[in-house]
Amino acid sequence: MPKPITHISSRCVPLNKDNVDTDQIIAARFLKVTSRKGLGEHAFSDFRYMEDGSPNLDFVLNQPQYAHARILVAGHNFGCGSSREHAPWALVDYGFEAIIATSFADIFKNNALKNGLLVIELPEAVVSQLRRDCEANPALRVDVDVEAQTVAIENQTEQSFEIGAFWKKCLTQGLDQVGYTLSFADQIKAYEAQRPTFA
Amino acid sequence: MPKTLYQKLWDAHVVHQEDPSSPALLFIDRHLIHEVTSPQAFTGLAERGIPLRRPDLTIATVDHSIPTLVGRSFPLKDAQAQAQIEALEANVKAQGIRYYGPESGHQGIVHVIGPELGFTLPGQTIVCGDSHTATHGAFGSLAFGIGTSEIEHVFATQCLLQYPSKTMAINVNGALPEGVTAKDLILAIIAKLGMDAGTGYVLEFRGDAIRALSMEGRMTVCNMAIEAGARAGMIAPDETTFAYLKDKPLAPKGQAWEEAVAYWKTLASDEGASFDAVVELDATTLQPMVTYGTNPGLACGINENVPSPEAPPSHTQASDLADALDYMGLTAHQPMKGLPIDVVFIGSCTNSRLEDLEAAARVVKGRKVNPNVRALVVAGSQVVKEQAEALGLDVIFKDAGFEWREPGCSMCIAMNGDAIEVGQYCASTSNRNFKGRQGKGGRSVLVSPAMAAAAAIHGKLVDVREIQKEAIHA
Repeated sequence: MPKPITHISSRCVPLNKDNVDTDQIIAARFLKVTSRKGLGEHAFSDFRYMEDGSPNLDFVLNQPQYAHARILVAGHNFGCGSSREHAPWALVDYGFEAIIATSFADIFKNNALKNGLLVIELPEAVVSQLRRDCEANPALRVDVDVEAQTVAIENQTEQSFEIGAFWKKCLTQGLDQVGYTLSFADQIKAYEAQRPTFA
Repeated sequence: MPKTLYQKLWDAHVVHQEDPSSPALLFIDRHLIHEVTSPQAFTGLAERGIPLRRPDLTIATVDHSIPTLVGRSFPLKDAQAQAQIEALEANVKAQGIRYYGPESGHQGIVHVIGPELGFTLPGQTIVCGDSHTATHGAFGSLAFGIGTSEIEHVFATQCLLQYPSKTMAINVNGALPEGVTAKDLILAIIAKLGMDAGTGYVLEFRGDAIRALSMEGRMTVCNMAIEAGARAGMIAPDETTFAYLKDKPLAPKGQAWEEAVAYWKTLASDEGASFDAVVELDATTLQPMVTYGTNPGLACGINENVPSPEAPPSHTQASDLADALDYMGLTAHQPMKGLPIDVVFIGSCTNSRLEDLEAAARVVKGRKVNPNVRALVVAGSQVVKEQAEALGLDVIFKDAGFEWREPGCSMCIAMNGDAIEVGQYCASTSNRNFKGRQGKGGRSVLVSPAMAAAAAIHGKLVDVREIQKEAIHA
């Protein structure tokens, strides 16, 4: 059962990039696994590590002032590309609980929410200001209230975000979607019975 | 009320919807699985202790992590790849899923074998844990990529929880000029729209240029719908579709075929059906396309120059273009024609079907690969490979200096050891030019099979139409 998520309160890491694709989040060479666990060390690998494997200190995730931040603030079209769920697995394993961006790719959004990784879309002006604020003040706290659908940035006005009623229920109650679907087993059976043979 | 093709497919597959704010349970007709995104879904199913609901609607193959070296044998040297393949083989055996493995004669890229087996049919909902599942929309089906949690969901319920998408009509009018292919067309569409214009949409490709395409060409177009951000692309089925599917191993036969075709003929958007967005494109103005950046939306004609960050395409920010050009080692205003190429990859779910290999072979025949180029042809499936060998294409490629590989995803995703090196330029018939996609630090230039073949011969990007003209006059 997924763990219910109602509030997130954390510092943020500003990742000033648009179109962060899932190959950047986790390169294909790390997908040769049969478990969901342990992928955090490979998140953003090509950016986080130098050729010799040492950390690239220019990359924002390696900067000590952003250590332990659980919210990533990105740009536009985050998570585009491949359907690999390894991307949200890696981000969650790394320690992220929410991503704030101006938009997300469809498949990534679904995959993230299925793993309790909250994806929050806010207007461009708010997101870019938040990135600048986090750069200026890495200790800046952001509070997310899933039930109220609000993002409260320290000393600033609250922002509200959209999340469908169903997804909100899944996140805040830890609703298991397979279980939910199987509660309609009779309807599935009836549907199957009327499908044409060629289908 | 006139309906779009998408609305017809959606309506035909809604099993139930609890209330207007809840997602619909959408029935899934076909589920394709492979070794990389399925193991955790099988584990999840086992943890639930419930059966896989419809093994009869599921097929499996190995494509992503399997080596393509001739003479590949098991166990693989790559222990992780071996473990994934073993896990898949154990899982499909335990669940009674049809498996098209390396011994079957049908192994190949999941989006190549589905259609060639006749597993993919019009009017269906088709899913796979791979974003290029959009390929199957070429048959007039609703086909889209899913994550591993959704794979588990389909295993357990044969349904997905879905909200309807918006619809976008892409009308491609007129005829493609000689030497301009389906790959050039889809790259031109993505270059026009940008890589995320399709987010939240299903694309329907329409118009004369689309109708004139073979099924292979239509698959190339729909395959890359995801590169415009759309989970699904689709083309209404017609006589070309039916002729392709007739007598395919898993396609309906006899009376069932007749009934199926009668139904499939109803699967076109109705006259007057309204789309949420409409894009018009004139096919007659297109030329062979090349990408210059690090996403498929950063593409131009072979005879055009690299744009300047001072005047980026409307869908791209100046800083992103500058970053992409820096990664690609390209400068503003540089002509794309003449760019030196180190590696040529002909393959992937976008362009590894027989028609693609034939197009490349026509360019290669009687010529040699430039000594500075490493060139590979990776057929999409064992069936494609066998057909190509029957036509002698393998000899044409090998005589020219190409490597002729076993089927798999290979250098499109660089998981199986087939990769380019830091700084190398690869003219590739695949679908993604993301940073590091074909190997860490590698630089991908997406092109059609004929353009890739021409780049292999010349060691640089050329306009394949000029070579084709030379050949005619020679």
